[in-house]
Amino acid sequence: MQDFTRRSLLQGGTALAATGMLTGPALFDFAKAWAQSAPWKAEPGAKLTVMRWKRFVPAEDDAFNAMVAAFKAATGTEMNVFSESFEDVQPKASVAANTGSGLDLAWGLHTLPQLFPTKVLKMNDVADYLGKKYGGWTDAAAKTCKLGNDWLGIPVATNGGYMTYRKSALDKAGFKEFPKDFPGFLEMCKALKANNTPAGFALGHASGDGNSWLHWVLWGHGAYTVDQNDKIIINSPETAKALEYCKALYESFIPGTASWNDSSNNKAFLAGELYCTANGISIYVAAKTDPSKKELAEDTYHALWPVGPVGKPTELQLALPILAFNFTKYPNAAKAFVAFMLEKENYEKWLDGAQGYLTQTLNAYENAPIWTADPKNTVFSQASKRTLPASGIGTVGEKAATAIADFIVVDMFANYCTGAKDAKAAMAEAERQLKRIYR
Amino acid sequence: MADVAIPRAKPQMSEDNAWTRLKHNRNWLGFWFMVPAMAFLIFFLAYPLGLGIWLSFTDTRIGRVGHFIATENYEWLWDDSIFWLSVFNTLLYTFIASAFKFAIGLYLALLLNEHMPFKAMLRAMVLIPFIVPTVLSALAFWWIFDSQFSIISWSLRHLGLISQNINFLGDTTWARICVIFANVWRGVPFVAITLLAGLQTVSPSLYEAATLDGATRWQNFRYITYPLLTPIIAVVMTFSVLFTFTDFQLIWAMTRGGPVNATHLMATLSYQRAIIAGQLGEGAAISSAMIPFLLAAIMVSWFGLQRRKWQQGESND
Repeated sequence: MQDFTRRSLLQGGTALAATGMLTGPALFDFAKAWAQSAPWKAEPGAKLTVMRWKRFVPAEDDAFNAMVAAFKAATGTEMNVFSESFEDVQPKASVAANTGSGLDLAWGLHTLPQLFPTKVLKMNDVADYLGKKYGGWTDAAAKTCKLGNDWLGIPVATNGGYMTYRKSALDKAGFKEFPKDFPGFLEMCKALKANNTPAGFALGHASGDGNSWLHWVLWGHGAYTVDQNDKIIINSPETAKALEYCKALYESFIPGTASWNDSSNNKAFLAGELYCTANGISIYVAAKTDPSKKELAEDTYHALWPVGPVGKPTELQLALPILAFNFTKYPNAAKAFVAFMLEKENYEKWLDGAQGYLTQTLNAYENAPIWTADPKNTVFSQASKRTLPASGIGTVGEKAATAIADFIVVDMFANYCTGAKDAKAAMAEAERQLKRIYR
Repeated sequence: MADVAIPRAKPQMSEDNAWTRLKHNRNWLGFWFMVPAMAFLIFFLAYPLGLGIWLSFTDTRIGRVGHFIATENYEWLWDDSIFWLSVFNTLLYTFIASAFKFAIGLYLALLLNEHMPFKAMLRAMVLIPFIVPTVLSALAFWWIFDSQFSIISWSLRHLGLISQNINFLGDTTWARICVIFANVWRGVPFVAITLLAGLQTVSPSLYEAATLDGATRWQNFRYITYPLLTPIIAVVMTFSVLFTFTDFQLIWAMTRGGPVNATHLMATLSYQRAIIAGQLGEGAAISSAMIPFLLAAIMVSWFGLQRRKWQQGESND
């Protein structure tokens, strides 16, 4: 009774109100029925501490919290969820892996589970269960989480980025539809520049935007940083061709892209100065939700990344895998929660809340309502299918992630495009930096 | 008798010698009073520094204990062109920014030392760039120098002086000028206010005497102000050089080291490699590589301050 202070009452009250508001009775009923029949029964008195990355959109977070609340009500598992910014997720998960305490589940970026394969709970049964039920996993998603035949985590979703353009500008430049190959894309960029409605892609240290489009150019030409055995092969004729192509593109861009960071293209596009770029769905969502940008939103369309000379999609999209640590006291509760999240009743609502920021990794969700609710969302449903793992054709893992974070490929292209170095020197520098990382 | 007396006296002595004597000896008392401060310094300064240097000899990654790999990190840095570019950038940045900060700071200090209306208010205003949090001012400069939305480009374009935006942060030379400008803007108040404090300690009677002797204003400055100000200049410039050399926030917020690493300082490169890319050991090696430069800067002022010429403005050493 002594603990029954005004503060605890207030906290209890708001918590109740929140759960009541976020979850309909239908979700609870489903959760209860699911908990009865699921292959994983949460341990009695289970308690899970979950770390996730900080949301982009509130509605996505709400949908996530609703699932957490339903899971808690149905299984009696105590859930403690907290968010960390993108940059902090990996260090904190690594510390937990190192010390063997603090977290049960971590939902992170890239190939997080590959960083400490001996510290994670194998998820083979969960992957099997979900894969069979929902049409299998996409290639890249599986590669991101698998080591040999073991699933080190579950690829929950992918954060996709696609070509974002102004239709009126393309029409004026004489392009009825967005080009599907590299030469066509270059022609389009040149035509846009001639009309003073330029395209622009970041060549600065933009971890998201810069890396994704430059890896697309590199891989599209059949060039890679490392081969299947992690041997460094960046210094190649294919890379030289990619550099040439990129320089031609760069010359058609709006000036100043060498200084761009991740937000620059959003700003320029929304201000009506930029007519084609590659980005997550955020530009379109921002335009759609701003009444003063109605015209711009209507004129904004999305397209798939054109396919390079290699003849298959070579996109780089951001994987978002979840993992459970093997030192968790409640492995069944952890598995149950992961499986629960990806069930249709939860997942489709969740995708909806994310408004296109999140793309499924299970093939069956390609028909989720979000992708047809607005036809402009549709291309984003392809993100996990058309991407390569962040390592290209090399081994998925820490070194590949480091090379991306250290802007090795971005700097190589920027060096050549801005004229700071010739092709040979730019490739040599990248090779030297890769040797440092893959030593 | 003597044989007996000595062994007897010894145990008594040694009892005194030990703990009790340490506790009561006046010479040790000073040491005891210093212990808290020393512990503080060791825990918060020496330990992190030592740990940083140790890390630089390991292959530690974020969240994973590393193994000792001797000087391997340094060997890789030795022929790493990006590292050497960052060293060059850091020296260029420090040298030019400090020179400007000194010149403008001294000028402002002399100006503010004059009698003029609203003196107190003006002095307070000079401090504004120093008060604004660095990240905020860096973001402001980022907007000012933005490639699409720069107010400078916009104004010049509307005046009809240029036809296209200036590529402030996308061009190597411009980007360097911009970050140095931002650093100077931010650092000048510190130099100006400290030198102003120094100026106020100069006795007016010296100027009176000099004026009676027919000294010009330049001679007043050259033979009275400047020599008396040198100790302060030495201190303030040491600090200024140290701050500039280790600058991080301005660069990180404005350019992230771009375009093509033209503004990467050792501090930002160290952060990129250690924290962003996760290679703590290598990042630590880059940070540790800054130590010799910083030591050199400190030594210059340390030995300078020892000299009477610097202290009192006399020509004899």
